[in-house]
Amino acid sequence: MGTTTVDAHGHSNNHAGHGYGDNDQLYVHFHRDDYGSKFGMWLFLFTEVLLFGGLFVLYYGYRIAYPQDYHNAAMELNIVMGAVNTLVLLTSSLTMVLSIVALRRENIKTSLLYLAITFGFGATFCVNKYFEWSAKIHHGIYPGSLELQETRPAGEVVFFGLYYLMTGLHTFHVIVGMVVMVFCYIFIKTGTINSNKYIVLENAGLYWHLVDLIWIFLFPLFYLLH
Amino acid sequence: MSGHNENTSVDTHEHLPSYGKNVMIWLVLVALTALTVTVASINLGDYTFFFAMLIASIKAMLVINIFMHIKYDDLLMKGILVACGFIFMIIFVIYSFDLFNTYTG
Amino acid sequence: MSISTTTNNNYTNFFQVKTKHKGLLAWLLTTDHKRIGIMYLVSILTFFLVGLTFAFLMRLEMLTPGPTIVDAQTYNSFFTLHGMIMVFLFIIPGIPAVFGNIFIPLQIGAEDVAFPRLNLLSYHLYLIGAFLALYSLIFQTHIDTGWTFYVPYSLRTGTDVTLTLLAAFILGFSSILTGLNFVTTCHRMRVKGMKMFEMPLFTWALYSTAWIQVVATPIIGITIVLVLLERTFKFGIFDPTLGGDPVLYQHLFWIYSHPAVYIMAIPAFGIISDVVATFSRKSVFGYKVMAYSTLAIAVIGYMVWAHHMFTSGMSDTARTVFSFLTFFVAIPTGVKVFNWVATLWRGTIVLSSPMLMALSAIFLFSIGGLTGLHLGAISTDIHLHDTYFVIAHFHYVIIGGILSMFIAGMHYWFPKIFGKMHNEKVAKVGVVLYFIGANVLYFPMFIMGYMGMPRRYFDYLPEYQIYHQISTVGSWILITAILLMFINLLIGIIKGKPAGPNPWGAKTLEWTMPSPPPLLNFIETPVPSHDPYDYHGHDERNFKNGKFIKNEENDIINQENS
Repeated sequence: MGTTTVDAHGHSNNHAGHGYGDNDQLYVHFHRDDYGSKFGMWLFLFTEVLLFGGLFVLYYGYRIAYPQDYHNAAMELNIVMGAVNTLVLLTSSLTMVLSIVALRRENIKTSLLYLAITFGFGATFCVNKYFEWSAKIHHGIYPGSLELQETRPAGEVVFFGLYYLMTGLHTFHVIVGMVVMVFCYIFIKTGTINSNKYIVLENAGLYWHLVDLIWIFLFPLFYLLH
Repeated sequence: MSGHNENTSVDTHEHLPSYGKNVMIWLVLVALTALTVTVASINLGDYTFFFAMLIASIKAMLVINIFMHIKYDDLLMKGILVACGFIFMIIFVIYSFDLFNTYTG
Repeated sequence: MSISTTTNNNYTNFFQVKTKHKGLLAWLLTTDHKRIGIMYLVSILTFFLVGLTFAFLMRLEMLTPGPTIVDAQTYNSFFTLHGMIMVFLFIIPGIPAVFGNIFIPLQIGAEDVAFPRLNLLSYHLYLIGAFLALYSLIFQTHIDTGWTFYVPYSLRTGTDVTLTLLAAFILGFSSILTGLNFVTTCHRMRVKGMKMFEMPLFTWALYSTAWIQVVATPIIGITIVLVLLERTFKFGIFDPTLGGDPVLYQHLFWIYSHPAVYIMAIPAFGIISDVVATFSRKSVFGYKVMAYSTLAIAVIGYMVWAHHMFTSGMSDTARTVFSFLTFFVAIPTGVKVFNWVATLWRGTIVLSSPMLMALSAIFLFSIGGLTGLHLGAISTDIHLHDTYFVIAHFHYVIIGGILSMFIAGMHYWFPKIFGKMHNEKVAKVGVVLYFIGANVLYFPMFIMGYMGMPRRYFDYLPEYQIYHQISTVGSWILITAILLMFINLLIGIIKGKPAGPNPWGAKTLEWTMPSPPPLLNFIETPVPSHDPYDYHGHDERNFKNGKFIKNEENDIINQENS
């Protein structure tokens, strides 16, 4: 393990440290537990999945309520855009993994490069999404628009409502993931994340894969089912 | 899943992942994406939804197992994952009792 | 925070430790789980007293038909305030955040929780959410949606629910982080030699609760966000005029809010288990079954949400399925009640104040639980839905079962946290008053609910007046009891006698250290026993008046007996 950390169990034998002299500080150290961090990260990912889960439940409910409207509305979404974004995210997932692999093999530069590429893919995704949304908004399809409320059936209003909510929430997660990557980049540069202590990068990776994972389901649900 | 269950401690260090395997998985994922787009253009009627979800689930399994490293994690990690997936499915299943009968019955 | 306790000069307890920051910041920026727990205790009790005030005012209003002290609109915001504060600020975070924070690490022999900084963040989020909620509830226009925020009313109401919803979202996030922390703590921080099935049942209960917090709370989070967005952007997700279905809102709301009932209840069960075992001087009957039943309640409780919606227009199939599943919750809960009673059997029962409270809680909770079955059966629920019967049912559960266990926990762990003893006699008087008050307050509600008195109504017909009056008198008794016990504890902090490490003769690990606990908890690495409630070789004669007295005379008697 790393040299800068104090082992969890080693501490309990070290009771000289409990001398409670004048220099006592509340919280002497934080023990390091990589497995625990990863475990906690997974729990956090479950909460993220369930956060989207609420929306999937709604999607599913309204799909059964308005099958025909869903069908018609899905025709209007651009499959090419969706497919390109799918590939972008899949590839970014790969480069994220490769960044971790490189770091663990102590190829710091390669690792940083892959991380930067991942960031680039994330940005590409957002740009794509921007164009996709603006095209829709240009056609008057956005929540609360007159076009939706007055000319479209209820099911299509709900479909596009969910489309904006789910892809919007997803894009928000992409942006959060990119911010996390910036921090990881800095930490790798400063050596805080290194080949011995890479749990932060690994957790960032897990988060990024989750973003990918959710898109894997969003893509067919919105773009392909017509 | 596999015989990696003996790693019950903190240890994720023993398994040093390779570049090649991950690239392979990525190729499979891309192929599956192409497949799902192709399948969507064929009219399969009621099965469209089923196939789309099947392919998405296979892709999800690959990402979770390889990219997210669950295949090499210990039983506890796998256990909580399965438990949460189970809970997630339960919501959908018992919620369906209302949906199908309210909207289609 | 001027609480300073000096019991022992050989070590520095966590109140006295010198820190980097001074004054209030030494508390607000600490990562020590005990200090965070104390901060939660202070804030939660403050909010509890606010909620209690609104309850008192509501009961006062119901003393006579028509306007008594307030008008109808104010009454509407009173029940919203009462529900919102009690549910989100007091009873959901209550036991986990206060006693969980302080005692999980102590019971499993750890120095702290798994993520101390996350723990502090979770407290800060709680504080922000709480202030936001109080601000929006009290200083904004009077919110009148009830704590459930049902659409479409919450979409249309002119009152400003946006801030309140935001507050609920932040509080939910705080709850998620606490849950995440506790699950990881129970898995990763146990002292060497302690297995999962050797943790005390209080920790087990909080472990199960933490799981519910992790897997249920996100659903309310997204639901709240959806209502917020829907109010602003008209997505049409819930609004029936745009194509949405309000019943789906109710589904999502109860997918969280029913398990939330178990977030409140399961920790209380944990306290009962610990208290009953300690004061029966006996290991809990069926330890493993107790642990499994805790998990079972958590899992089954996750699948029964729609029994809140029997009259909302669900399909018959769904109602039958959910009614059926609801009855299953009664099985593990029943197992628990029987096991507590079986623990008493042939135990050496010590009627201390926490024990009295636990016994009263088992009784009151059973009434609340069994009347829940009436509500879980569809046919009776159609009659009883949205009447005072429901109010009586869940107040028997919450006031009779959960709040009383919160108070029992306060008495039980008071000597450990503060190192002082409270006045047991006053506390026992309080318990008896509490028992009487709770019954006088809530039992008439069963009757008038059955007769048809609807909940949340500001006015009522004259034939209900007698029940309302009895109930209001009950509320005065209950509040007196609560204040009596709180003041007794406060006096205990200031003037109580030193408690020593283990005044109750309990066996779980938190009692092996001096009280109040030192900074990093254990002065020597604790050695866990295979049974957390191992009373073998325990001699009751060593304990007298809550004090450990061991003398030679006793030793001689012991030898003669053995």
